[in-house]
Amino acid sequence: MLLRTAVRRPLRLVIALCLLTLVLVGCGAEHYPQTTLLPRGDFARIADDLLDTTVKWALLVFVLVEGILIYAIFRFRGRPNDPEPHQTHGNTTVEIIWTVVPALILAAIAVPTVRAIFQTNATPGQDALRIEVVGHQWWWEFRYPEYNLTTANELVVPVGRTVSLHMGSADVIHSFWVPQFAAKRDVFANRETRMWFKAEVDGDYPGQCAEFCGIQHGRMAHRIRAEQPEQFQAWVAQMQTPGPRKPPAADRLYAEGEKLFTAKGCVACHSLVAVNAPKGMLGPNLGNVGARSYLAAGTLKNTDENLARWIRDPQSIKKGVLMPNLGVTAEEARALVQFLRAHR
Amino acid sequence: MTAHAHAAHLETSTGLDNRKLAIWTFIGSECLFFASLISNYLVHKGRSLVGPFPHEPWTSPSGQHFEPILEIPLVTLGTALLLFSSLFVVLALSGAQRGSRKALLGWLGATLACGIFFVGMQVYEFTHFVHRGLGFTTNLFGSSFYTLTGFHGTHVTIGVIWLATLWVDALRGRIPPHKSLNLEMAALYWHFVDVVWIVIFPVVYLIK
Amino acid sequence: MATRVLEHEAHPAAGHGEQTGLWSWITTVDHKRIGILYGATAFLFFLLGGIEALLLRIQLGSPENTFLSPETYNQMFTMHGTTMIFLAIMPLSAMFFNFMIPLQIGARDVAFPRLNAFSYWVFLLGGLFLNSSWFFGAAPDQGWFGYANLTSKQFSPGLNVDFWMIGLQILGIASLAAAVNFFVTIVNLRAPGMNLMRMPMFVWMSFITQVLLLLAFPVITVALFLLMFDRFFGSSFFVPAGGGDPILWQHLFWIFGHPEVYILILPAFGIVSEVLPVFSRKPLFGYAAMVFSGVFIAFLGFGVWAHHMFSTGMGPIADAFFSLSTMLIAIPTGVKIFNWIGTMWGGSLQFRTPMLFAVGFIAMFIIGGLSGVMHSSPPADLQQTDTYFIVAHFHYVLFGGSIFGLTAGAYYWWPKMSGRMLNERLGKLHFWLMMIGFNLTFFPMHFVGLHGMPRRVYTYPEGLGFELMNQIETAGSFVLGLAFLVFLWNIYKTSRGPRNAPADPWNGATLEWAIPSPPQEFNFAKIPVVHGRDALWEQKRQRGGPLPEPARVSGQGIHMPNPSYWPAVTAVGVLAVLVSLMTLGTTGVPGVVAGVALLFLGVYKWAYEPAG
Repeated sequence: MLLRTAVRRPLRLVIALCLLTLVLVGCGAEHYPQTTLLPRGDFARIADDLLDTTVKWALLVFVLVEGILIYAIFRFRGRPNDPEPHQTHGNTTVEIIWTVVPALILAAIAVPTVRAIFQTNATPGQDALRIEVVGHQWWWEFRYPEYNLTTANELVVPVGRTVSLHMGSADVIHSFWVPQFAAKRDVFANRETRMWFKAEVDGDYPGQCAEFCGIQHGRMAHRIRAEQPEQFQAWVAQMQTPGPRKPPAADRLYAEGEKLFTAKGCVACHSLVAVNAPKGMLGPNLGNVGARSYLAAGTLKNTDENLARWIRDPQSIKKGVLMPNLGVTAEEARALVQFLRAHR
Repeated sequence: MTAHAHAAHLETSTGLDNRKLAIWTFIGSECLFFASLISNYLVHKGRSLVGPFPHEPWTSPSGQHFEPILEIPLVTLGTALLLFSSLFVVLALSGAQRGSRKALLGWLGATLACGIFFVGMQVYEFTHFVHRGLGFTTNLFGSSFYTLTGFHGTHVTIGVIWLATLWVDALRGRIPPHKSLNLEMAALYWHFVDVVWIVIFPVVYLIK
Repeated sequence: MATRVLEHEAHPAAGHGEQTGLWSWITTVDHKRIGILYGATAFLFFLLGGIEALLLRIQLGSPENTFLSPETYNQMFTMHGTTMIFLAIMPLSAMFFNFMIPLQIGARDVAFPRLNAFSYWVFLLGGLFLNSSWFFGAAPDQGWFGYANLTSKQFSPGLNVDFWMIGLQILGIASLAAAVNFFVTIVNLRAPGMNLMRMPMFVWMSFITQVLLLLAFPVITVALFLLMFDRFFGSSFFVPAGGGDPILWQHLFWIFGHPEVYILILPAFGIVSEVLPVFSRKPLFGYAAMVFSGVFIAFLGFGVWAHHMFSTGMGPIADAFFSLSTMLIAIPTGVKIFNWIGTMWGGSLQFRTPMLFAVGFIAMFIIGGLSGVMHSSPPADLQQTDTYFIVAHFHYVLFGGSIFGLTAGAYYWWPKMSGRMLNERLGKLHFWLMMIGFNLTFFPMHFVGLHGMPRRVYTYPEGLGFELMNQIETAGSFVLGLAFLVFLWNIYKTSRGPRNAPADPWNGATLEWAIPSPPQEFNFAKIPVVHGRDALWEQKRQRGGPLPEPARVSGQGIHMPNPSYWPAVTAVGVLAVLVSLMTLGTTGVPGVVAGVALLFLGVYKWAYEPAG
């Protein structure tokens, strides 16, 4: 009795697992904004195609080998008083077969792998849009030398044009990850690493740092926004127009915020200009902070309340962040929000 | 080694004494230790941001001039003595196996003298370098040089202490022929430390 | 106490050197007692690491959770990894090395009994030291891989990294000493007639593990020294600002770290290769292929380290080389899996608890192996690395592989080690809970990883679709915890029962089953002579039936090594030296001198103490 249940249960378990697998896969990748399984760029497509190839072989091997194992469990279960089974020590022919066949399967994976390695390591052409990516504890800086622009935590790229990422770090190792369009590449303080991709569709997607980089590694997310060429150009033009969007002549709150931005020492770490922004600032560039969808590298939605909360008490929201609590009152925070919101 | 005294050891599957096999095993492991240290030295070679440098002169931004820091003649002498000491320890072991206390004490003493000279040379070299402006943290060359040669020097020092205790044992007549393995193990270790230096010496001092 | 004499009329007790009491454990040089010490200590650390894992799972059970603060979470996952690798799986393997290798090769003890005790004490002190960091609020928080330059003084000014690197350095000394010991033991102390190709497969795989330890640990030792110098003395080996290179750390770490993976799994391979033939009642299929695939895996294990570093951008040539060498490892691994199934094929399978875990091991390890092939492909790995897909992969290898294998070994050898049979029903309950809990916990991680959840994040936002799968994982982890509570209950319950284990409860094939359970201090009253593989089966076949229950004998005239406390003293010396380096700021040079003096005292007394 015990023996029989002992071999039936694994079968049930395997069936249950297969069903669970189907359910989980069947949920559909579109419910996962950060998924790697719905490539929307050429680089990500290369990775995904390879994954498909290996998954197919792996599933085949999985079903075959686990099937044989389960068959053996059923077929050869014995009772304590059964006679001693035939004592085999090996079989050269089958042993050669099960050495050679996996080798052939691996060759079928290795050939496209090597091809893809060289594809992904290729240098993009001269017409690629160069973007410099700098990892900081715990946010991302993006610089567009072609347009003299600097921004933070929201990477905007044109659809249909290859972007060439030249990446580095201001401090420790991070890993820049664009799951929908490319993949990930580590960034270092002492060397430049590169990655490229061409967005195939527009959209606004999440990404995040993938190398453990200290206490707030979990709060180092970014957005990648792919836009049609004309929208992208509009964004560039918008960014290149200096200064706040609404002339604030009559806005008392705005004027107070502007003063506080200097008085509270915000200027020490943050620049408010996106064009020809100074390099090496400790905090993110705030040139278009009013228009961003998230604050503090994906930590909070960019609402007025959240921005005020963040300004007043960053340490309780993102403990260890390099921005100190500056003793800003609720009233002062309102003024700063008003001031920053105008930077779009 | 006489058979009757060490009958127990002949029971091993290989016929090798356990302790001898252990020393060989340990040496095999140590190879990787020094390989890593030498790799570390080579990786950082030529990457120092400031001088003094091993083979090139250097003038600091403040105008101070530094000659190439390595002094090859002295170290060559130390290297030669270390090499000879390997021969001496073989002769000492042969003396121990023959039961010649005189040869054992004499050659082991010579080995010790060479070892002590080498350690002394290194102490002199290190202090001299520090006086000439190369501290442990001055540059990457300093860090990796002191780390590599320092770990080797530590090994030599341990070897010297080990051989010295054996010399005292020999003086008290505690290394009869059937216990010559005690010396043989130390000798194996000593040879290894020598061989490592044969790699380190050209890597650090000769290759520019 | 497992070595206490059996109170049983049929077996007149042997009085030879059997001692009890705390002091006898501190001074013991008996490989079996040291094995039990290793096992008990490692199992406690395993439970600790498991509790850490459960806390991690609670935190990740819902998005934006604040159950653990970010720094506590980072400490928790670092200590979970470090504990499971260095304080649980490795010493649990060491328990079996200690207890079983001498028995399986027909020896009376290991080659260096006092060195063996030293290894244990250093391991214990290293583990306690590492965990003492919790009391200083400074548990390591940089990940078990400790990537530079996050570990530099600038970015990790606290004691956290110090505890980690000193702790690992101490544990490395324990591993190296043990490796030399077992290497010599296996090479030199085999019973007459047991040539290399007659050794039990567990001994073979353990032997390969020792070689890996000997060749891999010196590399991490050097890496840790360099890190120590960077942190304590201000050098810049890994600090970009001083011209150093953080990638060097990654190379050194993984040249150690990948063989380390095989150090963790090969002993389990060996255990499963022991259990399957016994419960299939048929010899191991393809013995020679099993040996050589093990050797081949170990050899290749030194040529694949940079597959952990594809995302650093090493260039196409290096990527291609390390990708292909990694794929090659799948071939010998496949050979092993097929040979295990070949062993079962045509057998008469007896599904006792050890067999269930061994078969579970095969089923789970296949999954871990296949996902491994998936990220041997660098472009695909660039998406998978540092996501939960990798977490899923290595838990299928290290839990589905190592822990399932070690648990099979625990149930298989428990009667031999303790003299008591474990309860079969509770054992089966343990197995099914573990199987279900394990798959619930780790299978969804494949998907949540491919869908973009990175590793080592203390929380995740809502809206990325990670919620459901994380809830399943958390629920599964508690089933897994329950499984080990059942195991504990089984141990507790049976330990109150009689010493009922016969010498050979499973119809074993190897020499450990030829002697009483638990074995007497000298193991074999008469050193056996071996005429072939599966030496005990051979004996039974010649006799035409089961062997009579071996009697306990007096052991008069059998010379065993003396107990000694100098190994423990020397171990304290090792700890003192390394800790004095860490506290250089307060205890200064006198601290170091005191540590070195204690170490020298221990070594000197040990060297000149009669071994017996």
